[in-house]
This record gives sequence, structure tokens and C-alpha cells, in this order.
Amino acid sequence: MSVATQDSAVRTGRITRTFIYVFLIFFALFYLLPFFVMVINSLKPLGEITGGNMMALPQDWTIQPWLSAWSTAQIGVEATGLKPYFINSILMVVPAVAISTMLGALNGYILTKWTFPGHKILFGLMLFSCFIPFQIVLIPMARVLGELGLSGSTTGLILVHVVYGVGFSTLYFRNYYAAFPTELVRAAMMDGAGFFRIFWRIMLPVSGPIAVVCIIWQFTNIWNDFLFGASFAGLNAMPITVALNNLVQSSTGVKEYNVHFAGAILAALPTLLVYIVAGRYFVRGLMAGSVKG
Amino acid sequence: MGFLDINNAVKAYGAVEVLHQVDISVEEGEFLVLVGPSGCGKSTLLNMIAGLESVTKGTISIKDRVINDVHPSKRNIAMVFQSYALYPNMTVGQNITFGLEMHGTPKPERQAKLADVAKLLQIDHLLDRKPGQLSGGQRQRVAMGRALVRDPDVFLFDEPLSNLDAKLRVDMRTEIKKLHQRLKRTIVYVTHDQIEAMTLSTRIAVMNKGYIQQLGTPKEIYDTPANLFVASFMGSPSMNLIPAVLVADGDQIAARITGFDGQPLLLRLSQNDQTIRNYLDAQVILGIRPEALTDADGADRNARNLQVIRNQVTVTEPAGSDTFVTTVLGGKDCVARMRADADVHPGQPFDFTVNMDKAVIFDPKTEDRIAGRH
Repeated sequence: MSVATQDSAVRTGRITRTFIYVFLIFFALFYLLPFFVMVINSLKPLGEITGGNMMALPQDWTIQPWLSAWSTAQIGVEATGLKPYFINSILMVVPAVAISTMLGALNGYILTKWTFPGHKILFGLMLFSCFIPFQIVLIPMARVLGELGLSGSTTGLILVHVVYGVGFSTLYFRNYYAAFPTELVRAAMMDGAGFFRIFWRIMLPVSGPIAVVCIIWQFTNIWNDFLFGASFAGLNAMPITVALNNLVQSSTGVKEYNVHFAGAILAALPTLLVYIVAGRYFVRGLMAGSVKG
Repeated sequence: MGFLDINNAVKAYGAVEVLHQVDISVEEGEFLVLVGPSGCGKSTLLNMIAGLESVTKGTISIKDRVINDVHPSKRNIAMVFQSYALYPNMTVGQNITFGLEMHGTPKPERQAKLADVAKLLQIDHLLDRKPGQLSGGQRQRVAMGRALVRDPDVFLFDEPLSNLDAKLRVDMRTEIKKLHQRLKRTIVYVTHDQIEAMTLSTRIAVMNKGYIQQLGTPKEIYDTPANLFVASFMGSPSMNLIPAVLVADGDQIAARITGFDGQPLLLRLSQNDQTIRNYLDAQVILGIRPEALTDADGADRNARNLQVIRNQVTVTEPAGSDTFVTTVLGGKDCVARMRADADVHPGQPFDFTVNMDKAVIFDPKTEDRIAGRH
């Protein structure tokens, strides 16, 4: 057995590291490939795609497919583009995320700092909602929305997503607040702060990391949801995921692949943006409390 | 009626009683320390006074007002927590005035009080910092400032010094004592550290297993411990508890103990009343503090009953200011506290001077003290 000198250690270290990087770069490129295909094909005239080479760069660069996907493409019966549905999605996702996150924070606060007999069972039951398959609730939910007079509306969709989202957001906040020192709540109580004041002034200001995690999670899930959108949204409340499907599936006329690609990117853009902006908080927040310091 | 009255207070969780019939009356301006090992119920009692735990039976009243069902914020008390419990998102100034703000004190008054307290605690320069930027001692001061600014009837301290390092703890202890002497406020202070209890308090309640073992001034607790638990818990090094037999020695009474080689040693007691005479020829436990077991030069000059016993030295431990000498009496290791330069050598016999004025006698069965000093 040869003795490992420092030199040989450095050398083998360098070789392995080079190998690892080449390996990683290769796979990064491989995973980026679909996105590359989508982007280049969304910037070509249709003729270049049907002409054969999907992988080639555009010879004739154009943003026409993007404009078309956004405002003039035929979706369902009307040529409105994805714009109104994008707005529908925003109108749905912002309140749904805000409400489910707030409720989750409030639930977490109660389940850790104002515990009552049976709080563990209640929390366990709430966790169930994270694991119930969506399909099971479709019919009961349709009935509830009908009873409430919210069928087909954006408000109805918001309700559905809040109900489904509150399980996860409660899980996040409960676990985060469980590590929050109860002495602080007691101190605030003796200082004369009530239930909501402690929540607003003491708990919420330190909830940044977990709120980011919760918002990213909820935003991605609600924005990407197709099943509830397809099942419960009327024509005027249809979210972008459903509209994208209609765009791609429309059976009339020529299949405009370049427009489809542009539309698909448009539909994915907000979640992508949220990840890029807040992604590092996501990782940090998920790790919070797991390691000291 | 005292200022703070705890009247037969009981705390039970379901069928388990953790605090039994606690009865303490605290006068205005008193510094009461609740001391005992973990799980003795001292923090529970403090939380009951604070209103963070309910009172199962009995009453707690402040200024003759029963506060059993009064919300913590309306009891006019303030508490310093072990972890300081500073609000991490607020500055030091906001931390201190938060309570005033919640009680609707107008802003100019809040600022004036903040300035007073900050000056008193010498934290004026820290008011704009966040708790995360402070050292342990500074956080401790802020936590006290938060209590002081409220101007409460009673201050509650829950082991406030246990998160500090040894040196800072001693400094802050002095600081708290100074503060009490200056402000003359009523304080209830919980600690498991018997030195803190001795140095700070005007009265100590020694607790164990949910019972008050003894309530008295530091001197009473130290010199005449009510039972073996108090005797061994208070004092460091703790009291030497030596098995002995009481025998008649003329018209006096003496305790017969065995020395290092099993040789009998006689120590004449200062006590000689009927209570103690009932224990003649019976097994007792003789309690002698380390400083009452010393060399001839180190002995208390005012003591009336000094006696010398010759016994083998097992270990000597020089501690700078004192030398601790271990010797075997009654089959047990006993610690003697001597001057730093006392001429003692391990493995050699030495003439120990025992101050029998300070000796206490316990009944081994009931573990209670039979008779104290005379």
C-alpha cells in the first residue's frame, strides 16, 4: 500500500473534482434541454417547426408566437389569447395564498401557544387533508360550492384552494412555532398583550422564513392546479392551466406549435419567477430549526 | 396580613398534587427566595403568583386583593424570565416600553420612564439595538428594565442568573441586591442555587417535593436547619452529617462518634435541655458545618464550647482563600474549612477544633432537628 502524500491527495482531489463537475454540468444541460426546445421553438415561425428540425436555432427570429399566445390565440370559442386567464389565475392565486397562509399561521399559533385538550388530535386530523387525493373531494366540493352559490366563480376556486391549502400551511407554521419560546408569549401576556396582539406584534414579525416557504409552496400548487380549475371554474373564472390545455387541444385549424410553446412558458413563468426570487429562502426556511445557530 | 399572601395554596394536575398547602406571607419590601432542587415546585409556585398557572386550592392575594382569577396583566406584577424572553423583533427601547404601551400609557410618559430605567440600569446607549446584538449581561439588564418600568407591586424573578457565566452571575447578583436596597420593592425570586438564595434574600423558603421545608432568614436557615434536607441543601460545602450516639457526660450530654480508626471520640454538646435528654443512648445525627470544624487558630474566638479531637487527615484541597480538609468521622467523609496556610498534611493525624456551639442534632427517623444551638 502506497503512502498518500499531500501532493497525491491534492492531485486525485483535482481529478475527482473535474470529473464531478463535468458530470454535473452534463446533467444540468440535459435537464435544461426541454426548456431550451420550448424557448427556441417559441421564437420560430411555424414553418420552421413543421419543416423538420425541432432542435435547430431559429433562422428567422420572431416574437409573433408570444404575442399571439398572449392576446390573439383561439381558446375555446373566442380568440382572446391567454391574457384574461392569466388574470383569472392571479385573481385566484393571490387571495388563496394570502388567506391560507394567514389561517395557517393563526392555526399554528393556537396549536402551539394556546393549546387545549385534544389539540394534538385536531392537528392530526388537519394533516389528513394533506394526504387526501383531490379526486375524492370533487363531488362533495361541487355540491358545497353549489349550496353556497359559488359555482363556477373565482371566489369558489379560492375557497377550494384555501380549504386544501390550510392543512399544509398549518403544518408549516405549527412546527415553526413549536420551536418558538413560550416564555415570550408569557412575557407578552404579563405585559398586557391579548391573543391577537401577541400574534401581530410578537409572532408574525419573526415568521418571515416560514412564511416564505409557505407562500412558495401554496403559490406553486395553486397556480399549477389543473383539476380543480377544470372541474369548478366557469368560463369567466378559468385559470391559465385550463386555458393552456384548451389552447393546445383546440381541434380547429392548424396546430400552431410555436404558439403552444410560448403559451406553456407564459403559464409557467410566475412559478419560475417565485422560485428565482424566493428560492433561497425556501431552502433556508425548510432547514430552519433543524440545526442550531 | 402581609403584602403578598399565599394561603394554603395547592397545585394539582389531575390527581397528582405537586404543591401541598403552601403558606407564606411576604411583607412589603421583602426579598423572598424560593430555593430547592429541580422539580420541587418552586417555579410552579412562582407561576401561580404570576397567573401563568391556576391555583387549585387556597388563595393568593396581593395587598389584600385575592388574585386567583385575575389575569396576569392585571395583577400589577412583573416577571423576569430565565431566558429573558426579550422580543427579538423589537429594539431594547421597544422591549422595555411594550408593557406600558399595552396598558395605554401615553407616549411622552413612556419615554420619560424609559429614560429613567435606562439610566438606572446603565443601558442608555443600547436602546436602539435589537436583543440579538446584546451580550448575556446586557440582555439580563434589559429584562430587568422591562420589569422595573412597569412599577409593579411585586417583582417575580425566575432563575434570572442561570444563563450567565460564573463571573457575570456574581456581578449581576450584586447588581440585583443593590437594586433591591435602593428601590425597596417586594421581590419573589426562584433559584436552585443556594448561594444566590443566601446572599440575596431577606427570607428564604427552602422547598422539596412540593413542601416548604423551612421558611426563615438566611441565618436561621443556615444555623438551625429544620431538617436533614435543609441542612444538606443549604451551604457549600454542605453540612457534615455524622452518625452519633448521645451519652451522659457528668451532668452534660456528649455525642459519641467514631474516628478514622474506629476510635471513639466524645464531643460535649452545648444543648442540655429535656428535649435532648429524651434522646440519651439513642442514635442521632450530629450536624457540623465545615467552618465549625477547623484548626485551633481558625476557630471562632467568641465560641464558648470549643473541643479538640485528634483524627487522621485523608485529603487536603487548597482553594486559595481556604483549605478544605477531608477527614473520616462516623464512617463518613467530613469536610473541614481551614485557613489557606493551615499546616495540615494528608495521611497524618491532626487536632481538629470543633465549635460545638454551632452543632445541630437531628433525629435519624423523622429527619427533623431535635435541638439547635444554645
